[in-house]
Amino acid sequence: MKLAHKDLLRLATVGSVDDGKSTLIGRLLVDTRQLFDDQLDAVVAASEKRGVGDLDLSFVTDGLRAEREQGITIDVAYRYAATPSRKFIIADCPGHIQYTRNMATGASTADLALVVLNVAHGLKEQSRRHLCIAALLGVRSIVVAVNKMDEVNWSESAYQGVVDELDTLANELGFESVISIPVSALLGDNVVDPSPNTPWFDGPTVLHALENSQAGSWSGAEGARLPIQWVLRQPGGGRTYAGMLNGANLQVGDVVTLLPANIATTITAINSGSGPRELATTGLSIDVALDAETDAGRGDLIATAPLPTVTKEFAATICWFGEAPLRVGQRLRLKHTSKVTPVRISALTGVVDIATLAIDANTMLQTNEIGLATLQSADALVVDDYRDNRVSGSFVLIDEVTNATVAAGMVGRAAFL
Amino acid sequence: MTTETLPTAHTTDHLDLLESHAIYILREVVAECERPVLLFSGGKDSAVLLHLAAKAFAPQQLPFPVMHIDTGQNFPEVLEYRDRAVQATGARLVVAKVQDSIDQGKVIDPGPMGSRNRLQTVTLLDAITEHGFDAAFGGARRDEDKARAKERILSFRDAFGQWDPRQQRPELWQLYQGKVNPGEHLRAFPLSDWTELDIWQYIEREQMDLPTIYFAHERDVILRDNMWLAVGPFVEVRPGETIKRMLVRFRTVGDANCTGAVISEAKTLNQIIDEVSVANVSERGATRADDRFSETAMEDRKREGYF
Ligand SMILES: Nc1nc2c(ncn2[C@@H]2O[C@H](COP(=O)(O)OP(=O)(O)OP(=O)(O)O)[C@@H](O)[C@H]2O)c(=O)[nH]1
Ligand SMILES: [Mg+2]
Repeated sequence: MKLAHKDLLRLATVGSVDDGKSTLIGRLLVDTRQLFDDQLDAVVAASEKRGVGDLDLSFVTDGLRAEREQGITIDVAYRYAATPSRKFIIADCPGHIQYTRNMATGASTADLALVVLNVAHGLKEQSRRHLCIAALLGVRSIVVAVNKMDEVNWSESAYQGVVDELDTLANELGFESVISIPVSALLGDNVVDPSPNTPWFDGPTVLHALENSQAGSWSGAEGARLPIQWVLRQPGGGRTYAGMLNGANLQVGDVVTLLPANIATTITAINSGSGPRELATTGLSIDVALDAETDAGRGDLIATAPLPTVTKEFAATICWFGEAPLRVGQRLRLKHTSKVTPVRISALTGVVDIATLAIDANTMLQTNEIGLATLQSADALVVDDYRDNRVSGSFVLIDEVTNATVAAGMVGRAAFL
Repeated sequence: MTTETLPTAHTTDHLDLLESHAIYILREVVAECERPVLLFSGGKDSAVLLHLAAKAFAPQQLPFPVMHIDTGQNFPEVLEYRDRAVQATGARLVVAKVQDSIDQGKVIDPGPMGSRNRLQTVTLLDAITEHGFDAAFGGARRDEDKARAKERILSFRDAFGQWDPRQQRPELWQLYQGKVNPGEHLRAFPLSDWTELDIWQYIEREQMDLPTIYFAHERDVILRDNMWLAVGPFVEVRPGETIKRMLVRFRTVGDANCTGAVISEAKTLNQIIDEVSVANVSERGATRADDRFSETAMEDRKREGYF
């Protein structure tokens, strides 16, 4: 049987601890029959063993021993699902503030955030932080499950209160698509099947909203960007330059610029996993031949217009995950595309107040704070603003001693900051 | 640029994107690490991994060796396949034997019929230290198990080879960073986002060679713990068990004494794809005794440094 090509939606759950993210994903997967019999049996057995009822749906994704003991999510679980209309990669993220770095991990590759809010609590600070991080990371569509409706007797006004608060924030953060739904993840209302308990609601179920979401990978990127990962020597002495393409398409004959050297040249051949091709699209790993003799290598970037910026100093938005605060003058290692270089924080211009989205002046960033900084790099970097290109606009900061990843960075500044 | 000349022959489907992501990871780890190695069991996932590695660095040779952790309890068809597949890529094969760890007194011999599955960890970690590998590619997929579902694409291991699921490095976007200090290493999983079905569709698309035991064949089996085990040198028939001749195939490849067969008539890749598309038992649930010990069997083994 040849399966028809289905498009893929990558989504991440977002929201404060205990609001029901994992339960909702468990419910979605169980009610759409994505679990194998033995997996469902194992969840039932684990629920019984831990005395949490017949079927604790959060155990579908909370698979670690510590998670099941403590009843919280610690790290992202990835699940793969397919309904008749769509394929999904689901990242079920932790809500606890201590694991914000893991939530950012899950959300950084998501096109849509499935926001879960407890109807009785509304937007907690941690919900606001998660929404803010999701927006910074470039998520433009959200589906908001206003959860635990069973605990407020399906009250429309309780639902509406949370939706009003959420809409205000979503508006400020600039999400392009916001769909709110009253649900009970525990009981399944409005998750896969419409609920008889919310006759006042005429919107979609969570599944319907996900299946029909227009959230897609970024279309804004205009120029082609091919960061060189590796140089392949060809028989007969030529070289090709390998990397994963993003942004615009690349075609044999295209005039390109090799950066940071700023050499104009032409693509003379493109190879991919399935052989030579005339045209490559975003997300493909390719290697290309150029018509000029260059000393191009790993860390260089092949681009078409509009060209990115070559710089050794740039402004960025930083999500700081280090245990000790980030300070002005601090030295770190930066990884941007295939380039690694030492950097120094030359200025910290402010820290985001999660409650108000105002920028407070500050000279350091505490763990899990978001701030604006200026970075100086030892080597020239070839960057785009993050909002123009998610690949050439993003970087991570690395502790030079432990090699731990301590920050997510985005070149430039979001409109809402 | 004019658009009317754009060729339409090459459309990009989900297998192209999975292939591209895996190739990207392979290249990134090779560029960032000093001494990578590819762990090769002879199963379908490591077969796909080796196939992708060859593509990632073509037309050059693989820039790393291939290592098999040999429990000594293999299906002979898998060993034949291992040698055939590795030879086809021209890679250097390193074999690390669990028997050597037993002979050196590092692990206790479970006897000729006992499972050596868990002992592999010691052999694997010793081999990583001995050869100074700082990165090991594995074919694990996140859809296989709930602990694997939690693991990063580049998974950090401390100087004792341990995985600490509470202290995983953040892994943002596709910025895989693979620096480790001496003695530590990484496991890299280029097939993280592939499902069992993706693997089979890809094998079919690429018309890859595989061990013959993946295809339906007649075999003497016994039913033990609800699993069909192949009778042979590592599985003896116990009192009360009866040998049956059945048409079976294997859905995963592990040790002969803890990998169950499934009753199947699927003799071709397309028949296997049909079967996998409608399966209602998971791959490991159907076939792996090693995962049935406890609720968190895989997590516990992974923490110790297992694949
Ligand atoms: N009454 C009621 N309880 C719910 C509902 N959804 C989840 N819960 C309960 O809320 C608790 C927390 O649920 P989880 O799904 O673990 O929450 P989470 O958002 O994944 O939490 P973290 O991942 O730790 O941030 C559990 O006890 C659930 O049973 C619901 O719709 N109604
Ligand atoms: Mg959770």
